[in-house]
Amino acid sequence: MTEVLIKVGFLAIAALNGAIIFTIMDVKGASWMQRRPGPLHVGLRGFIFPLAEILKFVQKEDIIPTEVDRPVFKWAPAYVMVSCVALFAVVPMSPTLVVADLELGVFFALAISSLGTIGVLTAGWSSANKYSLMGGLRAAGQLIAYELPLILAVVGVVIQAETMSLVGIVEKQIEWGVPFVVGGQIVGFLIFMVAATAEMMRVPFDMPIGESELTMGFMTEYSGIRFLIFYISEYMNMFILCAIASTLFLGGYHVPLLPTEWVNFYGPVVLLTKTAILGFILVAIRWSQPRFREDQLQNLAWKILIPASLVNILVTAVMKVGF
Amino acid sequence: MEIFEIVTYFILLALLSTAIRVVTTSNVIHAAISLVFTLALTAILFLILSTEFVALVLVLVYIGAVIVLFLFGIMITRAPLGKNAELDNDKNKKLGAAISGAIFLLFSYILINGFNGNVTITSGSSTELLGEILLTRFIFPFELVSFVLLAALIGGITLARKDEALIDEDQV
Repeated sequence: MTEVLIKVGFLAIAALNGAIIFTIMDVKGASWMQRRPGPLHVGLRGFIFPLAEILKFVQKEDIIPTEVDRPVFKWAPAYVMVSCVALFAVVPMSPTLVVADLELGVFFALAISSLGTIGVLTAGWSSANKYSLMGGLRAAGQLIAYELPLILAVVGVVIQAETMSLVGIVEKQIEWGVPFVVGGQIVGFLIFMVAATAEMMRVPFDMPIGESELTMGFMTEYSGIRFLIFYISEYMNMFILCAIASTLFLGGYHVPLLPTEWVNFYGPVVLLTKTAILGFILVAIRWSQPRFREDQLQNLAWKILIPASLVNILVTAVMKVGF
Repeated sequence: MEIFEIVTYFILLALLSTAIRVVTTSNVIHAAISLVFTLALTAILFLILSTEFVALVLVLVYIGAVIVLFLFGIMITRAPLGKNAELDNDKNKKLGAAISGAIFLLFSYILINGFNGNVTITSGSSTELLGEILLTRFIFPFELVSFVLLAALIGGITLARKDEALIDEDQV
């Protein structure tokens, strides 16, 4: 019982810290690229900015409009947050530093990450607001379309590693000597990252939120603590998808040439570094690219990414049997 | 009684209440969300029976895809906020009760007779075994099912799309 409580506590702390690290990175990246003085210089060189942000949201009134479907509206942020936090359970920081080393780890991650869609959809619908409904519809179309390439890109890794356990996948990469992104899954990695960016609903895939056209999409009517939950979940999702991508494609908690006996000490640092590098690329893309149009987005998913990932699976399977 | 058993009975009770709510509520979205909970609790039951693959398929396919499509469909067609009077259909209540009773009896008969009252729980993981059996012994039905699904998919697209050229050809 104590062990379960410790693990749940660890999950909550890891998820919150991941979100805060990525919030700082996003805000500081933006101000660095766009010369915004606030987050760079104000208050300990801008590092207490996210704390101030959280305090601000907690103080704000939690407004619930009269016309909304109350229970649905109130609980929608919870679905999104639960699906994000649960993902942290399977990502290993070393062979032993993992909350749950499931045999079907990858499958669990993909299944749980699809739960967040329900939160987004019900939030959009229950707000009784046309902007929210449009945002919800766009989010549904986008999340359904990009879940397929995300899953299909992972299949290549599973074929190559012969296991679905995330620890097993990393161990296989240690055994090979090189991470899978070098050992034949470069296409899979690119598809995974594009699809993951779309699942996070970040620029250039942020039509469901689209500040300039839909005000805030499915989040328009939310305020105070419920908005904060959506906001934190976005960064949690970004952090954990980057961590999963590092685990699947970039060798996870290990880098070649480091002694494997010491993995419990350097594992978390290595994984965090890889995650942060991927996160920084996403931040750089966010603050320098325009938004896709809705039809361009659907075309990219159905006509390019899904066929490419199917070909990737075929080639990987043939190579696996052939060599 | 073991603590595990007590937890199982609580889950079954919750499952029953959410399942009843799915059919009694007159708000479509509330019904869909209750269905999410029903399926999630069923997945937990499968986990307790140590068939983790079935549990995760239930989450990925039914909650992640089918319910999302339900919600998407409801939102895209007409989404009345609040209660929908059309859903309170009193005329078919007797027929519905008769049919669900019959299905319940049939399922209980099959389940009890099929396993002869024994509850078989295999320990350890069944996923590897399942994969092997699916791709060796049951390869033909497995491929047949995927073929049927593909046919249904193509059929759905053909029925739904309004291709101007095709319509003209038919009229000629």
